[in-house]
Amino acid sequence: MLLLILLLLAGLPRFASAYAVVLLTSILMYIILTQSWVLFSGPTGYTSLAPAAFFGVGIYTAALVGLKLPLPVFIVAGGLASFCLALVVGALTLRLRGIYFAIFTFGLVQLIKNLLVWYEFSLTGTRGRFVVLVANNTIYYAMLAVLVLLLITAYLIRRSRYGLALQSIGENEEAAAHTGVNVTIVKVLTFAVSASFMGAAGAIMATKWTYVDPYMAFNPLRSFMPVLMAIFGGMGQFYGPVLGATVFAYLEETFLTKFPYYYMLLVGIILVITIVYLPGGLVGLVQKGRRAISRRGQNANT
Amino acid sequence: MLVTILNVVIFGLLLGGLYALIAMGLSLQYGVARVLNISHGEFIMLGCMTTWTLFTVFGVNPFLSLVVCGPLAFLLGFIIHRTLFKRLMSLSASPGIFEGNSMLASFGLLFIIQNLASLAWGPEIRGYSYLRFPVSVAGAVFGANRLVTLGFALIIGLAFYLFVARTRLGKAIRAAAQDPATAGLMGVNINTVLALCFGLGAALAAIAGVLISLSYSVNVAMGMEYTIIAIIVVALGGLGSIPGSFIGGFLLGLIGSIVTFIDPVLSLAAYYLIFIIVLLVRPTGIMGK
Repeated sequence: MLLLILLLLAGLPRFASAYAVVLLTSILMYIILTQSWVLFSGPTGYTSLAPAAFFGVGIYTAALVGLKLPLPVFIVAGGLASFCLALVVGALTLRLRGIYFAIFTFGLVQLIKNLLVWYEFSLTGTRGRFVVLVANNTIYYAMLAVLVLLLITAYLIRRSRYGLALQSIGENEEAAAHTGVNVTIVKVLTFAVSASFMGAAGAIMATKWTYVDPYMAFNPLRSFMPVLMAIFGGMGQFYGPVLGATVFAYLEETFLTKFPYYYMLLVGIILVITIVYLPGGLVGLVQKGRRAISRRGQNANT
Repeated sequence: MLVTILNVVIFGLLLGGLYALIAMGLSLQYGVARVLNISHGEFIMLGCMTTWTLFTVFGVNPFLSLVVCGPLAFLLGFIIHRTLFKRLMSLSASPGIFEGNSMLASFGLLFIIQNLASLAWGPEIRGYSYLRFPVSVAGAVFGANRLVTLGFALIIGLAFYLFVARTRLGKAIRAAAQDPATAGLMGVNINTVLALCFGLGAALAAIAGVLISLSYSVNVAMGMEYTIIAIIVVALGGLGSIPGSFIGGFLLGLIGSIVTFIDPVLSLAAYYLIFIIVLLVRPTGIMGK
């Protein structure tokens, strides 16, 4: 089933319109951001609001080295840069309590943005930067490749002892430490891996925008969107974030084009309703539906 | 030389007064109601825009707007807490989960309020001029509006502190901050008190907004910046400590003023750096528990 979808996606540029390709690139980006966020923040329970920071680092890596290096290289470079940043940040801050960690990562986005603005303004004299131009189809395929890599990684982690370690950290960190899990390394490494995918996505997206400046690259909204999409989709199942990101990205596109003045309002209302009435997200809804159908089937049989 | 120092210090106090008010509101909401209200800045923005409308359309004195915006914001905050956050509290399995959920819900609130405001007022940057004559304080010159703002911030801060420290309701609030469950057992109507604190936090935000509109231009997207400053001050002063937020506000204002004097572009970066240092070195803040 999954293979079918992937094959379909792979063949898309050949028979779909250019608009569809661009739209799907956007949706793929959101799925990458959401799934990589869930990679770390799902099992461990540490709400990270840093996706915008890592995404932005990827963007700026592409802006800085993209003109000199070929596409695959600077995508990897973007991922690597975010990986290193996340290692440093993670090592420093993962000992903070949940809400402090969230606030800290939120502040991190603003800090990097402001530092970059000051740096660009004072030391290099630039306001924004141009990124190398890449064909839309290439961008699409690059994004798809990163997504496939991410899904494989996420699946492997989830099914391995490593994933169990993550979950045990999320449930009770002290107990996990006592059972022999090297809590610090597991947390920091997972955080860094999730960040690297966000950085890679950022590097790809930069080529689509072609001009970037710190304000565009480090938008705090892009930190909340993955969280929202993950909650909306539901974190109980593996496909939850993918579902949530797809539906939400599509909704966002519709809202932006049909109701541009009410976009934020609708997103806000959806967020509030999801948190209050749909704590399990869409996945929870699907599960409830399945249970209701099976119950009805049982009743019909007896 | 002395004039320069005076300039920097007093400007720091002016900034600090506003920061203190904003932070006290958030401290109430987070320290007692345990809601990290990301939409705090939106209430500030509402205070600003309402004052602007009242002044430019109806000619109402901005200081009169204080008495209008404060109670209205209080009512809004009270209702929001009773409907949304109370519901979240009963749904959340643990306080940690509630904190996370309420933060995300407040983010949804931010979107809703900002969009509604944008529909009502439009995206233009607006401002008005009131009490904008210069006053000389020992050689340094400031606008009268700013000095009056500082005065009000100090008075309101003091009044608020006395309210929390000396009155019976204030005692209930302090009890609820320490331990909501036990406070409930001791006869405190915990539901009302939590909603009250949230409402008071919103009221303080709106009042700060009225004062901000005296000296700065306003637009519907201004809230986020102030929310972040409020969070930084609350972290600096100590999560859950109201006197800490008051002092922290002035401290951050002074630091901001000094950094602005050195290099204006660096001031925001300096705030965040302080924020990060505080979280790493002393997460409980200056006066936190």
